[in-house]
Amino acid sequence: MMAETLFNFAVWLGLAILSVAFLLTVYRVVKGPTLADRVVALDMLVGIVIGFIAIIAVKTGFTLYIDIAIALGLVGFLATVAFARFILSRQTADEEGDKADGARAETASHTNTRRVR
Amino acid sequence: MADFFNSLFLLAVAIIIVAGSLFSLVAAIGLNRLPDVFTRMHAASKAGTVGSGLLLLAAGLHAGELSIFFRALAGFLFFILTAPISAHLLARAAHEVGYRLHEKTVMDELRRDRPLE
Amino acid sequence: MTALGLNLLLAILWIAVSGSATFVNFLFGFLVSALAIGLIREQAEGVSYLRRVRFILSLTILFFKELALSAWKVATLVLRRDMDLKPGIFAFPLTVDRDFEITLLANLITLTPGTLSVDVSEDRRTLYVHAIDCSDPEGTKRDIAEGFERKIMEAFR
Repeated sequence: MMAETLFNFAVWLGLAILSVAFLLTVYRVVKGPTLADRVVALDMLVGIVIGFIAIIAVKTGFTLYIDIAIALGLVGFLATVAFARFILSRQTADEEGDKADGARAETASHTNTRRVR
Repeated sequence: MADFFNSLFLLAVAIIIVAGSLFSLVAAIGLNRLPDVFTRMHAASKAGTVGSGLLLLAAGLHAGELSIFFRALAGFLFFILTAPISAHLLARAAHEVGYRLHEKTVMDELRRDRPLE
Repeated sequence: MTALGLNLLLAILWIAVSGSATFVNFLFGFLVSALAIGLIREQAEGVSYLRRVRFILSLTILFFKELALSAWKVATLVLRRDMDLKPGIFAFPLTVDRDFEITLLANLITLTPGTLSVDVSEDRRTLYVHAIDCSDPEGTKRDIAEGFERKIMEAFR
């Protein structure tokens, strides 16, 4: 009975920790500052939601949730691939004035030390 | 005796759940603390994958059925296979269109070999 | 990969997907995958797969060890109060040259401590790797060459 109590506590603790992680990741999505940052954060968000679904599968004992988690992982992966293609097709890194003009002028630099942020 | 093992099993699942959500939290913290998009990708693709993978494994274990466990395991392997691919695609796209690395970056041999045109 | 290894793998995957781990179902999956392999038998040649399976197993074990280690390393790095990062992208000279092996190596590198593969050069001789701690690129290169790359060569050559 001791183990049962501890287990239920662990499930709630896991949900709470995941909620904090979720909020932190959402903060990164909102804050950016670049598109690539947001895409990374969205990818991470899908991972956290998969974790949520898995914990809910444990909590309810409804194993169909595992299939849902796998399907969501597939969709998330495809979305990230599509976003990567999008970044590539835009052919520019500037967003919200993050990259200054003339960033491309300096080409063959070995070390990459220029910075505006 | 069976009761004892049952409790032990529950405790193991509980530990996996807490560990998995902690890894997700660490990935989310890393997403907020690390300085540029490439280093953030490290946090998301490693700690994030391990986090959601562990939670999925916990769900599979808790079901206590071999077929469901195998399904969860297949999902886990799927995440492990796709996470590096999406990280790689994103990193490549971001680097190719000229997202800049953090100023502390010590070397960039890819930019040296393939300068922005 | 040898025909039988692939066959077994597909049969196990069949069990995982169809969701009933009985012997009969395994046999059925085995038959279906044998049929599927029969369709592509030019690509699936087969010799001495027992030895190969052993090497693939040891590669898998190494991979999971490194994965756990890398998640732990990211965790300690992120939770440190002052993050003294020295990130950088270094060029790793590839010894393996087949597409499949390069893909595998790139994936393994991404999931190991502090490294993330970014790009492959056009001539497939160089792999560009982003390292979160690039203070000793030579040492990292040596680790990869003597760890994963050697294991991949053992398993698939």
